[in-house]
Amino acid sequence: MNTSADMQIAESQLTNKSSLRQAIRNSLTMAYRGILKVRRTPEQLFDVTLQPILFTLMFTYIFGGAISGDVLSYLPVIIPGILVQTVITTSIVTGVQLREDMDKGVFDRFKSLPISRIAPLAGALLADTLRYTIATTLTFTMGYIMGYRPEGGLGYVMLAGVLVVFCSWAVSWIFAFFGVISRTASSVQGISMIVLFPLTFLSNAFVPADTMPDWLQWFVRINPVSHLVTAVRELTNSGTIGWDIMISLIGALVIVAIFAPITVRAYMRRT
Amino acid sequence: MSKKQMMNREWAVEAQGLIKVFGDNRAVDGVDLRVKAGTIYGVLGPNGAGKTTTIRMLATLLRPDSGTAQIFGHDVVKEPQLIRQLIGVTGQYASVDESLSAMENLIIFSRLLGLGRKASREKAMELLEEFGLTEAAKRPLKHFSGGMRRRLDLAASLIAQPPLIFLDEPTTGLDPRTRNQMWDTIRKLVKSGSTVLLTTQYLQEADELADRIAVIDQGRVVAEGTADELKQSVGTSSLHLSIRDSEHVQHARRRVEEVLQVKSALSAEGGKITAPLTDTNQVADLLIVLREADIHLAEVSVQKPTLDEVFLTITGHKEEGARG
Repeated sequence: MNTSADMQIAESQLTNKSSLRQAIRNSLTMAYRGILKVRRTPEQLFDVTLQPILFTLMFTYIFGGAISGDVLSYLPVIIPGILVQTVITTSIVTGVQLREDMDKGVFDRFKSLPISRIAPLAGALLADTLRYTIATTLTFTMGYIMGYRPEGGLGYVMLAGVLVVFCSWAVSWIFAFFGVISRTASSVQGISMIVLFPLTFLSNAFVPADTMPDWLQWFVRINPVSHLVTAVRELTNSGTIGWDIMISLIGALVIVAIFAPITVRAYMRRT
Repeated sequence: MSKKQMMNREWAVEAQGLIKVFGDNRAVDGVDLRVKAGTIYGVLGPNGAGKTTTIRMLATLLRPDSGTAQIFGHDVVKEPQLIRQLIGVTGQYASVDESLSAMENLIIFSRLLGLGRKASREKAMELLEEFGLTEAAKRPLKHFSGGMRRRLDLAASLIAQPPLIFLDEPTTGLDPRTRNQMWDTIRKLVKSGSTVLLTTQYLQEADELADRIAVIDQGRVVAEGTADELKQSVGTSSLHLSIRDSEHVQHARRRVEEVLQVKSALSAEGGKITAPLTDTNQVADLLIVLREADIHLAEVSVQKPTLDEVFLTITGHKEEGARG
């Protein structure tokens, strides 16, 4: 404590504002914290490692014969579908973990530090893109092992991966919002599943839409998840960049435009 | 040059009429506090008295429903981000990251406070050394003892060397040796020019550390002054009686109150009666009365008042569980 006397706080250095640069720097530090936490507790990655492996195996062998005649010709259909479903499901964890984190003592310290208010939230969302990347890589790897050879080539596969990670990041704002407004972590999980289940299953992820009744087809066709799945299929299977990518990106941006401000506002009120 | 002069403010904390209501619980009900810069100020009270809520309002973690507070002259509601540059807060529940190591915790807090990569590492090492945590630096906090956790928590509050430090029950749950270490650390802090506002349930702790004490009960400050002033307000000494037969305790207590004309208190174990004593000669009268009532005593003593009695006299009820 000898040094503390030399540390002098002059009144003129004090401000009541925090700059955008500070907000970005603080958010990056918080993201770094998130990644450190994953390194300390690798069991946090169970879902993003096991789910791609398990789901890819299960769905391919259950539905493959019925839908596409054989497993190998089902792979170009199911891998993009599984990919989107898995990675978006992973983004629920963002909300659950945010809720748990906010209840912990360490959040009190974050609140009492002269840092950007938004940093803990932004950092958590940013760190979770690591999880999405792991899930994406594993799903493609599983597909490859099972015999999937995307004709679009590695470049387009990677582009598809980035697209999915970005869209999941956008969707994670929805769950972050639930995380901020809910009282317990388990209720975040509950609400999020109710939102996510229809979105991922009422899509063309597993089954072609034209096998469904008309009223359902209508929903499946406007479902943003379907567009994302189609976009990924086009990228990986033929290397084409079509309208569905645009629609997916616009959908993602709309989600961010709606949920980022209300999440931030709710978060500020809670903290 | 000390921080006190730098800040050029006489008062580190000034609060007027702070009120915070949760539902129909008036957790803080009109608290006034004035803490002189460069001193240790103790806020003393039982669980649920409103100590933590008061600190949270002063530390910008909670918005007061009513009343105002200034930290070194800056308003907590209007300039929260500025005040956060002047304070360090150590919460009742360790406000550090359980899943990370001590080193990682300190580095992250340092980075958040604007230190560079290298400076953060150096600062973390320096603090770990100072708080005797170097050996445990790399271990996850899950394996830390309560005392180590508190020390790390305090270390984290000192990264930016804030002129005002809030300590919410810094020694609750610590063993006597660790508690004494914590006390030494707090004293050193003040010597280096910081101001400390601490809350405690332990009367002895307030007595040992604090220059001034506010006794708080049910959201209100019920007494304020130096430890000596508070002790004087209770009378010169106090009487302690242990009753041999526990069924006679209530009876004995009534007799004590009749003879001494004061309120008495009963220890948590139920066997010991304590009462303030203005005139020691009254003890003789009391002993005769008790003998005539056939109440047998196990022990009698007359002692200088402790803050325990201060608390009792002021609030009218015994502070449960506080054994200093």
